[in-house]
Amino acid sequence: MKEKLIQRYSASERINHWIVAVCFVLLAVSGLAFFYPAFFWLTGIFGTPQLARILHPFIGVVMFLGFFIQFFRYWHHNILNREDVKWMKSVKEVLKGNEVGDIGRYNGGQKGMFWVMTLCLLALIGSGIIAWRPYFAIHFPIPVIRIALLVHSASAVALIASIIVHVYAALWVKGTIRAMVEGVVTHAWAKKHHPKWYREMTSKK
Amino acid sequence: MALQSLDIMRRSASPTPAPEARSPMEVAKLIDVTTCIGCKACQVACSEWNDLREDVGSCVGVYDNPIDLSPQAWTVMRFEETEENGKLEWLIRKDGCMHCSDPGCLKACPSPGAIIQYKNGIVDFHQENCIGCGYCVSGCPFNIPRISAQDNKAYKCSLCSDRVAVGQEPACVKTCPTGAIQFGSKEDMKEVAETRIADLKQRGYDNAGLYDPEAVGGTHVMYVLHHADKPNLYSGLPKDPQISPVVKLWKGMLKPVATLGIAAAGLFGFFHYITAGPNRADEDHDEGAQQ
Ligand code: SF4
Repeated sequence: MKEKLIQRYSASERINHWIVAVCFVLLAVSGLAFFYPAFFWLTGIFGTPQLARILHPFIGVVMFLGFFIQFFRYWHHNILNREDVKWMKSVKEVLKGNEVGDIGRYNGGQKGMFWVMTLCLLALIGSGIIAWRPYFAIHFPIPVIRIALLVHSASAVALIASIIVHVYAALWVKGTIRAMVEGVVTHAWAKKHHPKWYREMTSKK
Repeated sequence: MALQSLDIMRRSASPTPAPEARSPMEVAKLIDVTTCIGCKACQVACSEWNDLREDVGSCVGVYDNPIDLSPQAWTVMRFEETEENGKLEWLIRKDGCMHCSDPGCLKACPSPGAIIQYKNGIVDFHQENCIGCGYCVSGCPFNIPRISAQDNKAYKCSLCSDRVAVGQEPACVKTCPTGAIQFGSKEDMKEVAETRIADLKQRGYDNAGLYDPEAVGGTHVMYVLHHADKPNLYSGLPKDPQISPVVKLWKGMLKPVATLGIAAAGLFGFFHYITAGPNRADEDHDEGAQQ
């Protein structure tokens, strides 16, 4: 029997996602190196610590632009509704592997993640530009740069922790990685995890 | 360059202790603002000894020249006219690194060994390890470090650590024609200041005093001021300098909180997976889907 598949992400969406993902990994590695002295050696991945410092902001801009496109692709799928509130309230049940509610394209957790990422990205690009030497920091007063550095580290930590959850959720829910690698999911996957979206996708045909 | 002839007390971004067996004497430079005549011989000596040449600028209507510290000017004289007790006073302060006991630059610096604090109190930048992030600029309560546009490295007064290492005084001290800058053990310099302050008080400067701010653990460059109650008169010398609370939060509390948050996310995932197991969409779902 041939598997029945549904297209979830187009090729351009997947390329977009993985550009952002690779940028994120590079940024997290260099960022953690600047944040934790014990991880400073990670700057070696970029050749030298100086190169890591020079490249970090440029990679950040690429990530921001990539995410910016994603934001306009997905924001209208991420408006919270009553089902999502129900989902969030019964997150304990969800964690046991039992789906709750009539979920559309994204569930409450995914939507929450989307908005957390959006907020973090905005905070990171804003504070990052203020602290960016030699181009921009020279135009800001030192007290402003201090706040920017604090905001930048704090939002980076929030984003890293969120991405760990994001990646884990994809690993935990089997068949999810395929959506972002091959672009497709099985009918069983869609029916179990996103029943409302499944109905929309199948009734169209 | 690392000066191994001086014992190291602290290194930037290096969490484990430096060698602790030897504890040499703490030194200090005492700048007696009340004796300084603003001749700038110290500026020239600094430039000469350290091989620094600031570009020739243009006159902006005041004596300050160069107008600000830079990678090529590690000390500058700041001139201020003010009226105190109905008299015009011309206050001249030699600005430069204060060599704090608790240096904000070193606290902020992410690059191991880019900033070194020697046991004698000198705080030195080792440009070969500097990555040009400018965190030291944010850490400093005195607005001293300057990042070079040429090489993106941070520079500031080294208190002539190379000279001090071989038993000489800093170049500015050696050259000062009025003896307004002195150098010795911190103890001795405090005593010298004491005598001078007593003298000033006798001559009517009731608020004369020593500038050795406590909130940064004291400094290894100290000033004798006629108006120690109003250091701000001296071209904005901060009254109560301290490492900004924002920097303290960033370099302090945020780290354990971040570690906890990131570790919690990772550990949660791991333990969830090995207890709850993977979340699979079963075949019967699929069959149901095929009706
Ligand atoms: S600019 Fe250089 S010295 Fe200053 S904090 Fe960054 S690495 Fe350290």
